[in-house]
Amino acid sequence: MSPAVSVRGLVRFFTLKGVLNGVDLDIAPGEFVALLGRSGSGKSTLLRALIGIDHEASGGGEVHVPQRTSVIFQDARLLPWMRVLDNVVLGLRGADVRERGRQALAETGLGGREHAWPHELSGGEQQRVALARALVRQPQLLLADEPFGALDALTRVRMHALLRRLSDVHDPAILLVTHDVDEAILLADRIVMLDRGRLGLDMPIALPAAAPTRQDYVGSVRETLLRQLDASPA
Amino acid sequence: MNAHTDIVAQRATDLAPRTRRLSLGTPSRAGLLLGPGLLLLYWSVLSATGFLDPRILPAPWTALTTAVDLIHQGRLQENLTVSAGRAAAGLAFGAVAGVAMALVSGLSQLGSYVIDGLVQIKRGIPILALIPFMVLWFGIGETMKVTVIATSVFFPIYIQTHSALSAIDLRHVELAETLRLTRWQFVRHIVLPGALPGFLTGLRFGATGAWLALVVVEQLNATSGIGYMVTLARNYAQTDVMLVGLVVYALLGFGSDAVVRLIERRALAWRRTLGQ
Repeated sequence: MSPAVSVRGLVRFFTLKGVLNGVDLDIAPGEFVALLGRSGSGKSTLLRALIGIDHEASGGGEVHVPQRTSVIFQDARLLPWMRVLDNVVLGLRGADVRERGRQALAETGLGGREHAWPHELSGGEQQRVALARALVRQPQLLLADEPFGALDALTRVRMHALLRRLSDVHDPAILLVTHDVDEAILLADRIVMLDRGRLGLDMPIALPAAAPTRQDYVGSVRETLLRQLDASPA
Repeated sequence: MNAHTDIVAQRATDLAPRTRRLSLGTPSRAGLLLGPGLLLLYWSVLSATGFLDPRILPAPWTALTTAVDLIHQGRLQENLTVSAGRAAAGLAFGAVAGVAMALVSGLSQLGSYVIDGLVQIKRGIPILALIPFMVLWFGIGETMKVTVIATSVFFPIYIQTHSALSAIDLRHVELAETLRLTRWQFVRHIVLPGALPGFLTGLRFGATGAWLALVVVEQLNATSGIGYMVTLARNYAQTDVMLVGLVVYALLGFGSDAVVRLIERRALAWRRTLGQ
């Protein structure tokens, strides 16, 4: 099967300072990849290159992403002048889009809130609307830029479970940018790390089902990841 | 037991006295009528006691009876219709042109170079200083009058709409790109709603500007309208008719502002601001 995402020799620089110096990355269909890296390592630059919104950047390289790609930003990025359902189906055409939007909201646990204004929702609820807006487009690839970074710990745990469940149902390829090591271990099938503008570590994750071995496993992986992060210069 | 009750009672009284309140408290809606009410009272007292010469300023009740007379003769509504028609036409032309130019200048680089530069230069010239040229170009008829009003409406609406347009959140633009919105969907769902608060602010300034321009152009060789009525009354020293004209202007200005504010409240229901 051909990969969902294929990146070869991606280079990006801003004002002569190299941010990405030749990134190669493949993501298989349905694969959940977490992208770790220190702040300033170029995580967001890579993501913006994949989304194709880095109009100002210069560089080169090959990027292939699927036709249907959805994005979740760190902020929910809802239009404040549109009710929740209109935000979810924004830009979609067709007779049944509102029904599909309703279903997507129900899936993210927001059934019944279709006519609320965004400012009436909590931060976690707004991010769930953003998730519904991404899923209603039936993405083959879901790109997420620290989507849970602004949420409180309790809400974040709930969002992890929701994302895991929905990714099992819809099965898109996912690239999750995060700086949270535990989040990456918990959610991803594979963790890649950006270091000095290149992908360094590339580590498959196989989380055991039984709780005690799971603890040990998480502990050892976390140690490896943190050591890698420390090794890269600030 | 007793000691415990004492402590509770002690704390209750400790809590009861509040700090001196320094904020103003909730305003009453009718409160704003106090100032005008006091002025009206002062004016009535001066008129009734004869301190105020009716040739300088007629009594409030004279203005009222004169207004009733003018309505009976049909002069007030006739002139009011003409004036309101001019203001509405000018407002409509000015608003449409202002929004159109703001969109062109806000959405295209070339448009902004051409239009915005011109507007910034023009801002330095008062509209009323253009009237001699307007007369030269458009004559002294209705075209000139509506053009002057439209021009005075155009600038505030253009400037406010354009500045709201330029302040549209870049993150919303990125969102539109990732959702693959078409140019038209982008304008309709992001640009227009984003610029709406600015447009409405411009409309409020524009409506005020329209009445101001109306007063001036109607004193310029007009044969109808409230301004004409006032000018005519001045020639015959009918201070009561002049006063009625003034009150009508005040009501029109206040009324149009209230209408725009009502539209603002309805159209911007999604906003949460300090003033609401």
